[in-house]
Amino acid sequence: MTSITTTGRAGRPQRRSAWRRRDAATGYAFVAPAVIGAIAFVIVPLGAVIWYSLHEWNVLANTFTFVGPQNYQDMLSDGALHDSLIASLWFSLGVVVLNITLSLFLAVLLNQHLPGTTLFRVLFFTPVVVSLVAWTIVWGFLLQADNGINGFLAEFGITGPNWLRNNVTAMISVIVVQVFKNVGLNMVLFLSALQSVPEEIQEAARLDGAGAWRRFFSITLPMISPTMLLVAILTVVGSLETFALIDVLTDGGPGTSTTVLVFYLYRQAFEFNQFGYASAISVLLFVIVLALTLLQWQTRKRWVFHES
Amino acid sequence: MNPQIRRRHFLSMVGIGALGTTALAACSDGDAGDEPADGPVDLRMTVWTASEDHLALFQEIADAYIADHPDEVSSVTFETIPFEDYTTNLTTQLAGGNAPDLAWIFESNAPEFVSSGALVDVRETLSGTEGYDFEDVGESALELWEDGDALYAYPFSNSPFVMFVNTDRLAAASQPNPAELVASDGWTYDAARDISAASVAALGGAGLVVRDFDYMNWTNLASVWGGWDAEPWSADGTTCEFDSPEMVAALEWFQDAVFVKNAIPGPGTSADFFAGDTTMTITQISRASSLDGSFNWDIVPLPAGPTQQENIVGQAGVGVLAAGANTQAAANFLAFFTNPENSASLSLYFPPPRESLLNPQTLAAGNPLFSEAQLDIVVDSISGATTKPSHANFAQVDTTARGALDAMWSADADVAAVAADVCEAIQPLLEG
Repeated sequence: MTSITTTGRAGRPQRRSAWRRRDAATGYAFVAPAVIGAIAFVIVPLGAVIWYSLHEWNVLANTFTFVGPQNYQDMLSDGALHDSLIASLWFSLGVVVLNITLSLFLAVLLNQHLPGTTLFRVLFFTPVVVSLVAWTIVWGFLLQADNGINGFLAEFGITGPNWLRNNVTAMISVIVVQVFKNVGLNMVLFLSALQSVPEEIQEAARLDGAGAWRRFFSITLPMISPTMLLVAILTVVGSLETFALIDVLTDGGPGTSTTVLVFYLYRQAFEFNQFGYASAISVLLFVIVLALTLLQWQTRKRWVFHES
Repeated sequence: MNPQIRRRHFLSMVGIGALGTTALAACSDGDAGDEPADGPVDLRMTVWTASEDHLALFQEIADAYIADHPDEVSSVTFETIPFEDYTTNLTTQLAGGNAPDLAWIFESNAPEFVSSGALVDVRETLSGTEGYDFEDVGESALELWEDGDALYAYPFSNSPFVMFVNTDRLAAASQPNPAELVASDGWTYDAARDISAASVAALGGAGLVVRDFDYMNWTNLASVWGGWDAEPWSADGTTCEFDSPEMVAALEWFQDAVFVKNAIPGPGTSADFFAGDTTMTITQISRASSLDGSFNWDIVPLPAGPTQQENIVGQAGVGVLAAGANTQAAANFLAFFTNPENSASLSLYFPPPRESLLNPQTLAAGNPLFSEAQLDIVVDSISGATTKPSHANFAQVDTTARGALDAMWSADADVAAVAADVCEAIQPLLEG
């Protein structure tokens, strides 16, 4: 008995250990594709871009010379880069403010259980699933000097501006086109959050005499603030990554008025063949996106419900 | 599991992943092997045409070469890259270690490719190939692709800019036919502008369109400013001449024609000559394939400006990429692809640089829409023509000048001031 007991005590941990190893191996096997994918398509490229940013790489001349922080120093005196940072600031500010305001407004409106809301949900969500390039090309026709929107305005005797040929209207145009493309997604997120706000809290506030505005700002908005944080992060990051729309609609012009940072990066790499300098700009973009995301994440305790 | 083991497991996974990734990267590197291949090789040529007729002709030539040289080349692939993104796509292939063996190159990028060392010198291969008749190739056509004694590409296409006119619109607007003005030495830019403006006033639509300019591709305006003897920069490419009196006068004429005379459609306006609602357009003869017979048309040479009449050609070269895997086999194929017989075949679609082929009879076979008189105009427009602007730093100069020129395309723009701004913007880039 004693020997059997001893064997049993010694054998159980061994079996447990083998089982745990098999269990761990299975777990690793499951996560391996994602880990390998993340390494191959995120970590290695990120490391490579940082490495490239320390080089002068001209693909035509086939030169790849280590220059240390030279590309980063060049960025300090690059006026065109500074212009693109300002263009990015205006573009992102416009997109974030307009997108969040409009999507929240639409979500509140569609949460009223009025007739026809399903149709409107579909209408506003449809652009999200439409090809970005097709969407932009159609807007390119609408924003022509003598047709589209201006053709419609002309019916009422109004002469519309040449939307894409003026610095200010071109920026407004790309902001509006970008917002209408994605407002449906944020609208659905807000709608989902609005529908999860407990009705009894609203009812209690109503009984306490709170009006519609007071209930919205004191109950609804705080209750949906986690979604607001998510939407804000997604919209800020999305606005900083906007490329195809600018490429198709304005090609960065007129002048450099719509040359946002990511478009300037593309131009340096794929038009000017300055891959090293473009890599340094992409590191700058990475740092900006990371900093803005961290800033939003850190400030969440001050305004996001349940986070304080 | 103990944290150390867990960390070790994780690190091994990361290590395996990283190794796998490196191995994958190494495999996909497509390293342009310096060693010549032992057996027959596969060649790849990037082109911007997607025409089935063009590609079929190329393949026919390639198949004949493979049949003659089975030990050297086993296949030739012609890879179409869209015209708009052609150079960008090509340089991306170079950056990715996936260089084609041969590539078409725009004239505007020629100095950049020639001076960078991206191309292989093919002069010896071409001139040394039996029966190539290298002397037949026009010396002026080669200039753009030469650096000293080296020749870095063969200018297979020399397509001239001419004026297409819609004679139906001219008749309907009671305007003179430009062909008659050519005969009486009255075919000038002012005449073209006045005819265009009158036709727009009478019929609507558009007057004169510089095709593909679209207030972005400003080098297409070379077909206009040539009449003023203007150039965007000095012959050595180091000094901006946008602010020269000749260029300012040419640009003032253009701006006046757009915003005052209403002879040229303004920015943001779409107008297509081949749709039939435009009176005349400056474009290359290859665009004639868009004519569908829905209206009567004619071609005339580019008009004369106040100083001179200048012909402009758009040139395309085909070169052997130094980063390609089979440079000598590619150069040998290029010598076959552009020999006298195959050049005659190619001239069906691409006006050749060979003087013996530059005649209406040869061009007639590939351009059945043109009469012999019209083909005489085409041949005259090629001979002694100036090539569109190009520069060793073209990509940056092009983009920067385009951005600075945007300020010129409004009714109240100060042309001379904007031209000075263009020079201020591009001068550092010209100096390189």
